[in-house]
Amino acid sequence: MTLNKIKDILQAEVLTSKFDENMDIEMVCSTDLMSDVLAFSQSGDLLLTGLVDGAAVRTADIAHVKAIVFVRGKRPSKETIALANEKNIPLLATKLSMFEACGRLYVNKLQTSIDAG
Amino acid sequence: MKLQEIVDSLSLVVKTASAHLTKEVTGGYVSDLLSDVMANTKDGYVWITLQTHQNIVAVATLKELSGIILVNNRTPEPDTLKKAEEEGLPIMVSSLPAFEIAGLLYNLGLRCR
Amino acid sequence: MQDKPTKTAEGVFFITGKDFANAGVASCELKSILEKMGVDRGIVRRAAISVFEAEMNVVIYTPAGMMRYKVTPDYIKIVVEDVGPGIENIDLAMTEGYSTASDDIRSMGFGSGMGLPNIKRNTDELSILSIPGIGTTLEMVINIKKE
Repeated sequence: MTLNKIKDILQAEVLTSKFDENMDIEMVCSTDLMSDVLAFSQSGDLLLTGLVDGAAVRTADIAHVKAIVFVRGKRPSKETIALANEKNIPLLATKLSMFEACGRLYVNKLQTSIDAG
Repeated sequence: MKLQEIVDSLSLVVKTASAHLTKEVTGGYVSDLLSDVMANTKDGYVWITLQTHQNIVAVATLKELSGIILVNNRTPEPDTLKKAEEEGLPIMVSSLPAFEIAGLLYNLGLRCR
Repeated sequence: MQDKPTKTAEGVFFITGKDFANAGVASCELKSILEKMGVDRGIVRRAAISVFEAEMNVVIYTPAGMMRYKVTPDYIKIVVEDVGPGIENIDLAMTEGYSTASDDIRSMGFGSGMGLPNIKRNTDELSILSIPGIGTTLEMVINIKKE
């Protein structure tokens, strides 16, 4: 599924200037806990999270996460957005709850990550 | 829908308060941040999380949530199980990740009131 | 951009405790170094996850620490030492989900208890030396060349 379609399904706003609407996303990892992103995500995932600090972007960089959607109406700081632009990680934000965001993506056939270990 | 129906449909393993599965579930909430759950849940919601320490029981009880689903096969700590049993709070475990659990519930028609 | 990947590298990063705004900077820097050296992507990911978790532990629990690394064609070795409170029970700390993090820390999305288990899972050798009240040293090795 393309990042653009995800944006539409989640009624999300794009926050970074770097945004490739044709970026292909196959799997999703949803968590607020950064260590769990590292434990359970796969390279190339989309991360759904409520954690808006720069740590989310650094964690995404380390885990080769492709893009981040912040849920629950959370918005990251300007510094976090600048960091994401620098690292080429698109950031989006949606007002939807994590439950609703997961639900909508799931019924539209996006799959989840499984532990690679 | 009732909690029992969710347990059956998702093949959840019930760890505590198995007598309290007749509760009506009014919505689903996925979050690992306690302050967020405190602020944004309504009574009757089922809470989906990775957190296993005993504070989750206090939060769920205060907000009168219908139960907690632990994902990724997380094992609740002994203190957590004890408190949950005392409070009559069902804790259920699944091997699936949060995204999948939320998706399945959404697919079953669960929406937040 | 380099024409040929460099074969060895060494360096050190200093980590400031409680500095959440910059938590992970050293790890991202090291990941970048490994990528420029042409190290295999899977190995870069394992190394990056391991040092990131180690760096986060220093930031979350200690006043300060140091990360030293050495990369050769055969292996990556990283030593992270800190002057923090130390780990009381290493076996317990290695259990998935076990955490001594405060509620404040958890509310930031850290301290879920997966740090040391994540490191163990991603390294070929791991040794932990910790003296409560003095500090902790983690030595991590990831093999690049298969035997």
